[in-house]
Amino acid sequence: MKTRRDFIKISALAAGGLAVLKPALSFSSGFFPDEEVPLDESEAQRTPTICEVCFWNCAAFAYKDRKGKVQKIIGNDIDLHSKGRLCPRGTGGPGMLYDKDRLKKPLLRVGKPGNQKFKEVSWEEALDFVAKKTREVGEKYGYESIALLDHGTTAHHFEHLFKSFGSDNTAEPAIAQCLGAREAGFINTYGAGIGSPEPTDLRNAKCLVLIGSHIGENMHNGIVQDMSTGLDRGMTVITVDPRFSTAASKSKFWLPIKPSTDIALLLAWMHVLIYEDLYDKDYIEQYAYGFDELKAHVRPFTPEWAYTKTDIPPQDIRKTAYEMAKAAPSVVIHPGRHTAWYGDDTQRTRAIAILNALLGAWGKKGGYYFPEKIRIPRFPHPKYPEPEWTWKDITKDKYKGAFTGVTNILIDASLPDTKLKHKIKAWYVVATNLIQSIPDQEKTKKALQNMEFVVVVDTMPTEITGYADVVLPECTYLERYDYLRTTRHKIPQVALRMPAVEPMYDTKPGWWISREIGLRLGLDKYFPWKDIEEVLDWQLKQVGSSLEEMKKVGVKSFEREEPLYLEDGEDYFFNTNTGKIELYSTDLDAMGYDPMPVYREHPQPEDGFYRLIYGRVPMHTFGRTINNPLLNELRDENHLWVNPKIAKLLDLKTGQEVWLRNQDGVVSTFPVKVRITERIRFDSVYLPHGFGQKNKKMGRAYGRGAADSEMITRVEIDDVTGGTGMRGNFVEILVEKPQKEEAES
Amino acid sequence: MRYAMAMDTKKCVGCGDCVVACQTENNVPLGYARDWIVEKVEGTYPSLNLELRSERCNHCENTPCVRTCPTGASHVIEGGIVKVTHDECIGCGACIQACPYEARYFHPDGYVDKCTFCDHRTSKGQDTACVAVCPTHSLTFGDLDDENSPISKLLRNRKWKTLAPEAGTKPNVYFLI
Repeated sequence: MKTRRDFIKISALAAGGLAVLKPALSFSSGFFPDEEVPLDESEAQRTPTICEVCFWNCAAFAYKDRKGKVQKIIGNDIDLHSKGRLCPRGTGGPGMLYDKDRLKKPLLRVGKPGNQKFKEVSWEEALDFVAKKTREVGEKYGYESIALLDHGTTAHHFEHLFKSFGSDNTAEPAIAQCLGAREAGFINTYGAGIGSPEPTDLRNAKCLVLIGSHIGENMHNGIVQDMSTGLDRGMTVITVDPRFSTAASKSKFWLPIKPSTDIALLLAWMHVLIYEDLYDKDYIEQYAYGFDELKAHVRPFTPEWAYTKTDIPPQDIRKTAYEMAKAAPSVVIHPGRHTAWYGDDTQRTRAIAILNALLGAWGKKGGYYFPEKIRIPRFPHPKYPEPEWTWKDITKDKYKGAFTGVTNILIDASLPDTKLKHKIKAWYVVATNLIQSIPDQEKTKKALQNMEFVVVVDTMPTEITGYADVVLPECTYLERYDYLRTTRHKIPQVALRMPAVEPMYDTKPGWWISREIGLRLGLDKYFPWKDIEEVLDWQLKQVGSSLEEMKKVGVKSFEREEPLYLEDGEDYFFNTNTGKIELYSTDLDAMGYDPMPVYREHPQPEDGFYRLIYGRVPMHTFGRTINNPLLNELRDENHLWVNPKIAKLLDLKTGQEVWLRNQDGVVSTFPVKVRITERIRFDSVYLPHGFGQKNKKMGRAYGRGAADSEMITRVEIDDVTGGTGMRGNFVEILVEKPQKEEAES
Repeated sequence: MRYAMAMDTKKCVGCGDCVVACQTENNVPLGYARDWIVEKVEGTYPSLNLELRSERCNHCENTPCVRTCPTGASHVIEGGIVKVTHDECIGCGACIQACPYEARYFHPDGYVDKCTFCDHRTSKGQDTACVAVCPTHSLTFGDLDDENSPISKLLRNRKWKTLAPEAGTKPNVYFLI
C-alpha cells in the first residue's frame, strides 16, 4: 500500500547498515570502561539536575568522573520530590545519556510513497523545513490547524512557540489517557484538583486506601518513600486490586475485586459510613453541600448489594470501612494517577473524593494537605495572538468537563473523514511515543497519514519517529537547561536543571529548537532573550535568588504563606458554586451528568477471553526506558501473568511463548512469555506496559515482549472529560504463532 | 567491629534501585550483578504471601569461599568483609562452587567478583551505595559490635532470618520478616 508516510525504520539509515549489537557486548568491561576506582562523591564535580526519566521530576546532582563522564546521579537531600534518594530509573540516568541507540542527527524524509527513507541533514536544513511547512499549513488552514501532542518538561518550550504563532491546540496523553478524570473528579467536589506530586500526607496518615493504584510498581518516588515510612509507623494499608500487587502484599487488607466494579465498592463504603454513623459529622455539616441527597442516594448500596457486584464479602467491606473511620481524619483514599479505566472515570474519582470528605480527610493532617508553590513571573513578552478557535471548540460541546486539550479529540480532528467542525492538518509530537501512549494504534496511524506535515522531537528513535517528516533529536536532560521546576508541595521549592555535559552527537536542547523555529517564523518578539540562562537568571532574581546561586544548591526552599492544614472549625471557602465541598455536584448536574456517582455494569469477557489488565514495573517509565542499558538489565521483556487455573485449562507452562488476540481480532505483533502465578484473578491476565517495541533501532527493546497498547482497541470514553478508558479489552491466549497479515518492521 | 546488613522484606518493593546503584558505583559490567532481587510467592489466590528480597554476598563469619581459595585472593578484611584481590585471583572458580548463595560471578576481565560491602565507602563512614539509594529505606548497614547502632537495634526489635542457615556459614546479612 502506498501511503503518504511509509513507516521508516531509522536503523536502515543512521546506523549505516550496522548490525545491532547485543547490549552486553556494546561495553567491553564495566559500564564505564575507563574507570578503575569508584568515584568519590565528595571529591567529584557535580551539577544540579532534575530527573526527566519520569514526570516526578526529582532534583538531584550529577557527578562526573575524572574524564568528565556522568557516572552517578544522586538525589538532592533537601528536595521534597526525592528526599535525597532517586528511584532505579533516576539512578540509571547515565544509561539514557550513554545509550548508543539515541537519535543523533536531524533526519528528513525523502523519496516517494512506497520508497521513502530518512536523510541526515543539518540543523539549518531541518529547521528551515519545519518553519517552511509550519508557515505553509498555517497560511493555508490557519495556525490553529497545527496541533501539539506533548509530554514532559520539553513540552513547555513548544507550548510557548504554539501560543506565539496562534495555536492553543495542545494536548498531553498524560491527561486523557491518565489523570484527567481524577482532576475533574476532585475539581467537581472540592473546587481544586489533585496536581502533581499528589498532596497526600502519608507521612502522618494512619490508614491508606489504594484503589487499583500499585505504588511500588509505579515508582512515584515521594509517595513510595512516604508509604514505606507509613509502614514503619504501623499505618494500615487497604488495597483494592484484582491482582496481588506489591502494594497488596504490604497491606493489612487486600480486597481482590472483580474488575470494573470499583464504584459499587465505593458506594457501599459510603453507605456503611453514613448509615452506621461513622462519618465526620462536624466536618460535613460545616463544609459539605448535598449530604442529605447523598444519604438518600447510597441507601440501597449495602455491603450485601456490593458483594453481588464486586465479589468482596460484606464483612470485609464493613471491616475496612471501620478501619478508615477509626483512622479519620488521618486517612487517605488515594486518588490514583492513571485513572482512565472504564469510561465512568470522573464518576469513580468523584466517589473517591466524596469518601475522603465523609472521613474529613481533605485539608487535615494525615489526609490531604494544602500544597503551596512559589509564583515565578514569566520573562516579559508581548501578549499572545488570539486563536480563532481552540481545542475547546471541538471538545466542549461533547465533553463539558474537559479542562485541557484532549489527545483523542485532536486525533479525531486529524482524521480524513472527521465530522468535527474544525480540522487539524499538522502535528508537532514532542517527547511522547503516540503509538504506545494513545490507544487504538490504527486510528493514530490513519490520522498520521492524513497530516500535511509531522515533526517529532525526541531523544530516542521511538515508533512515532518512523512516521515523522522530520525528526529533531533533542539532547537528554543531562545535557540541557530547562525552565525552572516550581514545586507544589508542603514547602514551596524551586529547582534547577543545568547541563552536566555538553550535548553529545548533533543534538540540541528543546528551548533552543523551539526558539530557532520561532525566529524563522518571524516571532522574534516572543523570544526577546539570547539564551535560556538569561531567562532563568531574570526569573530567579524576581524571587530573590539567581542562576549563580541555584547552580550551587540546585534546590531552594521558600516560606509558606498559608497554613498547611485546616484548623478545627476554621472557616474555609471551597472554589465551587456553593463554596462548599460538593457531595452533590451542582456543576455536573448543570452539565447534564450524574450529580452523584452511579454504579453501572460494564461488559465482562466472554468464554475463552480474559480481561487485559496492564500496569507498570518499577524499573521502567512506560516504553521510554526499556532501551536504557542499565534498566534493560533489570527487566528486558514483559511476561503475561496467568492464573494457574487458566494455565491448566489451556495447558500453558511458565516461560512458554504465546500470542494475544483481542475482541476485535487484533493479534500481538510479538509473542510474550507466560508467567503462571497466583497473583492474578482467573478472569484476567496482566501485562506490564511499555514492552514489545517495534522500532528496530531500539536494539535492546525491539520485539521483547508484547505491547498492551496494541491490544487496546476498544476505548470507553469518559463522558465528562473525554478521557480514554482502556480496561475494557479482552484477549484470548494463542499458543500457535498466528499468520501475520501485515508486518511493520 | 562486625559489619552486617539488615534487609527489611516488609518494606522492599523490589524496584532494583540497589542493583543499579551498585552497577554505577562499582562499575559492574552489564550482564552481571553483585546484588539482585528475589521474589517469592506462597499460597493460592486470594490467600497469598509475597516476599521481596535484595540479596548479595552474606559476608559470612564462616567462609567456605575463603577456605577453598587456592591463592589467597579471597580473604577477610577488617569488620568481617569478604573480598577478592583481583590480581591474585586465577579465576579457578572454586569459591563460586563453594558459595551457597551464588553471590560470586566471573568478571569478563578474568577474575571473580562480588559485593564488597562498598568498603571504599564504609571505611570512610558512608553507607554502601545500595543502602544510600534505597527509596524505601529497606536496607541498613552497620556494626553489630556496637549495641546502639541502628542495625543492632533493628535485630533486637524485629523478627529476622538468614539464608541457608543449614550451610553453617553464619551469614551477616539479616532479613527482617
